[in-house]
Amino acid sequence: MPKYTLKLYVTGRTTRSETAIENLKSIFEEEFHDQYELTVIDVLERPQLAEDERILATPTLIKELPGPVRRIIGDLSDRDKVLIGLDLRPKGE
Amino acid sequence: MSTKPQTVVEKLETGIPGFDSISNGGLPKGRTTLVAGTAGSAKTVFAIQFLAKGITDADEGGVFVTFEETPEDIRRNMLSFGWDIQSWENDGKWAFVDVSPHPDDMAAVIGEFDLGALLARIENAVGKVNAKRVSMDSLGAIFGKFQDQAIVRNELLRIAMALKKMEVTAVMTAERIVEYGEIGRHGIEEFVADNVIVFRNVLEHEKRRRTMEILKFRGTDHQKGEFPFSIMPRQGIMAQPLSAARLDQKSSKVRITSGSLELDKMCGGGFFRDSIVLISGATGAGKTLMATEFVAGTPAEDRCLLFAYEESHDQLIRNAEGWGFDFIKMEDEGRLKIVCEYPEVVGLEEHLIRTKEAIEEFKPNRIAIDSLSALERGSTAKSFREFVLGLTSYIKRQEIVGLFTSVTPSLMGGPSITEAHISTITDSIILLRYVELFGEISRGIAVLKMRGSAHDKEIRQFSIDATGMHIGKPFRNITGILTGNPVYVTPGETDRVGEMFTEEQ
Repeated sequence: MPKYTLKLYVTGRTTRSETAIENLKSIFEEEFHDQYELTVIDVLERPQLAEDERILATPTLIKELPGPVRRIIGDLSDRDKVLIGLDLRPKGE
Repeated sequence: MSTKPQTVVEKLETGIPGFDSISNGGLPKGRTTLVAGTAGSAKTVFAIQFLAKGITDADEGGVFVTFEETPEDIRRNMLSFGWDIQSWENDGKWAFVDVSPHPDDMAAVIGEFDLGALLARIENAVGKVNAKRVSMDSLGAIFGKFQDQAIVRNELLRIAMALKKMEVTAVMTAERIVEYGEIGRHGIEEFVADNVIVFRNVLEHEKRRRTMEILKFRGTDHQKGEFPFSIMPRQGIMAQPLSAARLDQKSSKVRITSGSLELDKMCGGGFFRDSIVLISGATGAGKTLMATEFVAGTPAEDRCLLFAYEESHDQLIRNAEGWGFDFIKMEDEGRLKIVCEYPEVVGLEEHLIRTKEAIEEFKPNRIAIDSLSALERGSTAKSFREFVLGLTSYIKRQEIVGLFTSVTPSLMGGPSITEAHISTITDSIILLRYVELFGEISRGIAVLKMRGSAHDKEIRQFSIDATGMHIGKPFRNITGILTGNPVYVTPGETDRVGEMFTEEQ
């Protein structure tokens, strides 16, 4: 059972989408190796899901578990801010 | 086969009353139009009515992208206009894209982003209901969600272009801070600048006056200037284009009675059936009586609608009774309807719509308004003129004869403000004047103007008694009645002047 459930909404396979996925993977591989589950959702393929989840911008990252739910918009280019934004502490602190 | 060149921008009839006339046919088809206005200027109503009319009038699906109000609020608020959005949603005619603020949406922004999800949702909704119309309300709220305004501007431009590709006709609303000045905040007009409409809600004489103005439609024409509109329950926005008041009324030669045989004679045989008659006089000069006789003179097979702005229903009936006219019987027979209102209750724009509705409902053959001057109180000259113009053109087209009364400010005559605005619109003007002679007050009546007919040029004495008014002999040997300054001229002098002209003939 993974400790962290993450969903990343992107629009198509654009450079920005890839950047966000890479940034996210690199953060979680390093900090929470094997403890996370990431689902990438392309809003072009699943627009109704975007509607139901009220997604406005892409990329949008949603940390569903553990609570509280947190949302981050952008390509996740600042590692520390991502961790703070998700209410997570980096390893070793 | 259309004879128009292909480059002409097609228009989509919105179905919003009056707007299609102001816009010479509707909104530019397949394009995005920016509707800018201050808070409370009815942008949202317009955006929703555009979709609602598409569904009810043209069976075209609509998508509403809401950035401010929640769909629940919109569904509830719009019921008062008779728009059952929920049922349209159930029928697959209407879809919301809900971008209204929600506590769960709180998100930090880290790095670059776009609004690809919003666009995907709009495209999804358009496909779902096969939408031909899209409204986005309002853009200011989305600028508030993000710090980087340049990204939002760019993304909205991308959405506008995507909407064009989808061949939908779109309305985007945007806030303004001031009624007159730059179009919108955030430089919105720069990217959807092809078509801009400005809604205004100006405080004039302690009353709100709503207007719409099409600033530009790229590649196509429209009416210029501000047009008043009202928001009516069960109907929504109703605009009153003056262009609808073209001077194309048919002119009738059919005469109808004024209710007084003597007055008919003065007018060369009665009023024309589709004419507007203005009765002008000082207070107590007999205007209401003349209106009463006009009402009572309604032929048995006709109907009369009386708008009374100065007296109550019971007062009017009592007055009529005093002169021997039975209004109650007429009402019971369905030949008379009396509408009593304080004109101050609503703005003149709304008043015009109410008046038209009353006319449409009752379908009268004649209308009396007592008095126009009461309507003029507390309104601006412009809206009053628009009211009279709108009303007269409307009732003339229905082949209804209208009798309006107007009060002159001074007892002995002189011009009234009302007349200055409307005398050219009316077909006939009848003056009632007090005449003071040898220490006695008597009344005078004159037909000043009777379009398309010969009429009595004399100023006649008239009296009022228990059976109504009686027109008598012309005043002799008096000049200056109209100017309110009667002067007695000796008979010798009048005879001499009279003879001068007879000799020439």
